Amino acid sequence: MPLVKNGKPVADAFVAVADEDTLPDAPVLVSATRLLAEGEALFARNHPVGVIWPNDKDVLLLEPFVDRLAVVALIFPKFRDGRAYSQARLLRERLGFKGELRATGNVLRDQFLLMVRCGFDALEIVKEGDVAAVEKEIHSYSVFYQPTGDGRPVPLRARLAAARGA
Amino acid sequence: MTSPLQQKLKITGPTVITANRLTDGVVVWLTAESGWSDTLSRAAVVSTPDDALRLLGIANADENHAVGAYPARVTVADDGSLAPVNLRERIRVGGPTVALPGAAA
Amino acid sequence: MYIYDEFDRTFLQERVDEFRDQVKRRLDGELNEEEFKPLRLMNGVYLQLHAYMLRIAIPYGTLSSDQMRALAHVARRYDRGYGHFTTRQNIQFNWIKLEELPDAMADLARAGMHGLQTSGNCIRNTTTDQWANATPEEIEDPRLYAEIIRQWSTLHPEFTYLPRKFKIAITAAKHDRAAIRVHDIGLRLHRKDGVTGFEVIVGGGLGRTPFVGKTIREFLPRHDLLSYLEAILRTYNAGGRRDNIYKARIKIQVHEIGTEEFTRRVEAEWAQIKDGALALDDAAIDAIRAHFKEPDFEALTDGPAELEAAKTNPDFARWYANSVAPHRKGGHAIVTISLKPVGAPPGDATADQMDAVADLADQYAYGEIRVAHEQNLTLPHVRQKDLFTLWQALDAQGLATPNIGLISDIIACPGLDYCALANARSIPLAQDLTKRFADLDRIADIGRVHLNISGCINACGHHHVGHIGILGVEKQDQEFYQITLGGKANHKAKLGELLGPAVPENEVVNVVERILDTYVELRTSKQETFIAAVQRLGIEPFKERAYAAR
Repeated sequence: MPLVKNGKPVADAFVAVADEDTLPDAPVLVSATRLLAEGEALFARNHPVGVIWPNDKDVLLLEPFVDRLAVVALIFPKFRDGRAYSQARLLRERLGFKGELRATGNVLRDQFLLMVRCGFDALEIVKEGDVAAVEKEIHSYSVFYQPTGDGRPVPLRARLAAARGA
Repeated sequence: MTSPLQQKLKITGPTVITANRLTDGVVVWLTAESGWSDTLSRAAVVSTPDDALRLLGIANADENHAVGAYPARVTVADDGSLAPVNLRERIRVGGPTVALPGAAA
Repeated sequence: MYIYDEFDRTFLQERVDEFRDQVKRRLDGELNEEEFKPLRLMNGVYLQLHAYMLRIAIPYGTLSSDQMRALAHVARRYDRGYGHFTTRQNIQFNWIKLEELPDAMADLARAGMHGLQTSGNCIRNTTTDQWANATPEEIEDPRLYAEIIRQWSTLHPEFTYLPRKFKIAITAAKHDRAAIRVHDIGLRLHRKDGVTGFEVIVGGGLGRTPFVGKTIREFLPRHDLLSYLEAILRTYNAGGRRDNIYKARIKIQVHEIGTEEFTRRVEAEWAQIKDGALALDDAAIDAIRAHFKEPDFEALTDGPAELEAAKTNPDFARWYANSVAPHRKGGHAIVTISLKPVGAPPGDATADQMDAVADLADQYAYGEIRVAHEQNLTLPHVRQKDLFTLWQALDAQGLATPNIGLISDIIACPGLDYCALANARSIPLAQDLTKRFADLDRIADIGRVHLNISGCINACGHHHVGHIGILGVEKQDQEFYQITLGGKANHKAKLGELLGPAVPENEVVNVVERILDTYVELRTSKQETFIAAVQRLGIEPFKERAYAAR
């Protein structure tokens, strides 16, 4: 499936590895179980490590690894299942995760902007046709009402600043 | 979601396939020509589960014209005219049972 | 009135453009129905029995006269000349075409209106007291906070795909007219040690599994409102059930893990974010307050000669006693406009009536209109000296039935005449009841009774909290109705008790009449209301009589 990062299509350098398979000589995405079990050994290799994190597992468990993980892939099993939005914000805003935050699963264009606002910078897109729509979708609004970690100004603050400036 | 083709349908008499037209929501019925009509009398009538499932498959494959297809019981009069069986379907055919506000009483 | 600025207008236009594009992609087949349905729902578009239905948000039930005219325009241009005001202070139109919806939305946006978040598994329109900023008994205008919640919740990226829909209600008066204890979150504004804050109630709701909400915090300082709400929503988004649509509301989560554990999770999350970007301060709240234009109240005194003279007209006097309430400003009054005339669908208004109410609001009520969750309209600020003229004009439009709070002021969902979910009809039953109880002397004698009708277990007619609740069920394609007694939606919210077996459609009106006859016979005096009598006597005497004559 096409991967779009920061609005641009990119090649996926990471290989998803099943728990029972040996690790290839490449950047890998491992399961949450494997990360928690093998943690330090994974990071001792000379390849970037990412994790595929299920949407019903507390994302704060990633705290010990957050500075070393290259990728966290969160999952939208259906686009209507919004748990990964909260996980994404916690990762970015609570744990200060700076690596790639990847949306996977049923990732459709009408949710791109919500994902970006919650801190996703990489989208694994289901429909080929949606790839070209990324730029349009993530710029479909110029104004936002509530603050998230993306730091965009919101009216409550903007109006306040204007009132104070006046 | 269970594929409609795997569903078990209990068909106990003459049955039509009904849905709402995508563009305006108007009640429609699947015709024998696999098209849609807003007139019940043009609906294809079947009476076995296999036939109903086959029509439902055709209907669901055409959700760009009509959405939410399902089978509905009808009665067939001696002259061949069709009538809905339950209250819900009677209301879908005939409209609300109350006078619309603003309409001449 | 909250006045939209450039920011709000830009947002609405962008929303209209987005929806136009989504509709186009659906009609082109680029989006399938499964993908499109949540998108249209979040713009208030349902597919009902005969057509699409459009639900338009009326934030905290406040409308300007121009917005009411915009609704009349939509009713005429895109629908069949009428609309239905709902128990969530919104309005819905029953005959909209999908292909015309983007144009209807664009017309609405010009009046600062939309269908945003009137459906879907997101945070819905925040409702409040229809008497806000008018009643003398409130401590502050609750709409201020409802507006802050509106802004925070509008297209909230984290909370647009929740386990299930999410409804917030807020009140600032002692008497709860917003039914806050049967909402996902109820907020009661009160003061403690000179600081304004909220009692926070979570996990109330009706529907299939009704619950009265639990207080998880007695006092939340007002500056912490948004961070606390975000903590609740985050706790729900992570832990609310998604395996069963009937168990996905927050009330089930609170019930299953317990109020204590739920509160612990919320408080733990809140501790992390309370001092963050969502923290409010007086300046931020005042900035919102500045967007509410206060009516230019005339300096008047109570009981003007025009009003006293008019009271000699018995019809006016009856309406005045029933439909007019005291105002916080001298010489003013709150007027409730009954949308429950005898024989009409509860809550419906024609486009002509909407225009008439808009004109009357301009002439007599500083251009402001409210929608009440009882499916009536309110003119919150009327000069007392104009009441008689206003009453005459309302009466000419069929909008002056003096039955507010009485047995014929029925709350009812659209039922099986329109709704794809309903099992039984609601409107014909409401019509029959209003006809049986058409005698104004008789209903005034019976006094305050709230009768609520729902056409299915989803409880849009709030039957659980009706003094008399009626729930439509279907048995072998026949309509039957279950009757409950003793429900209450106010600050002492309580769910009604089932009276007995469901009764067939043609028996319901007789049963209701026997219940009320029993009350009139057994009440200690006229001062004992129906609900007080039910509480004192229990349901047994009513049950005996209701079923006896069958």
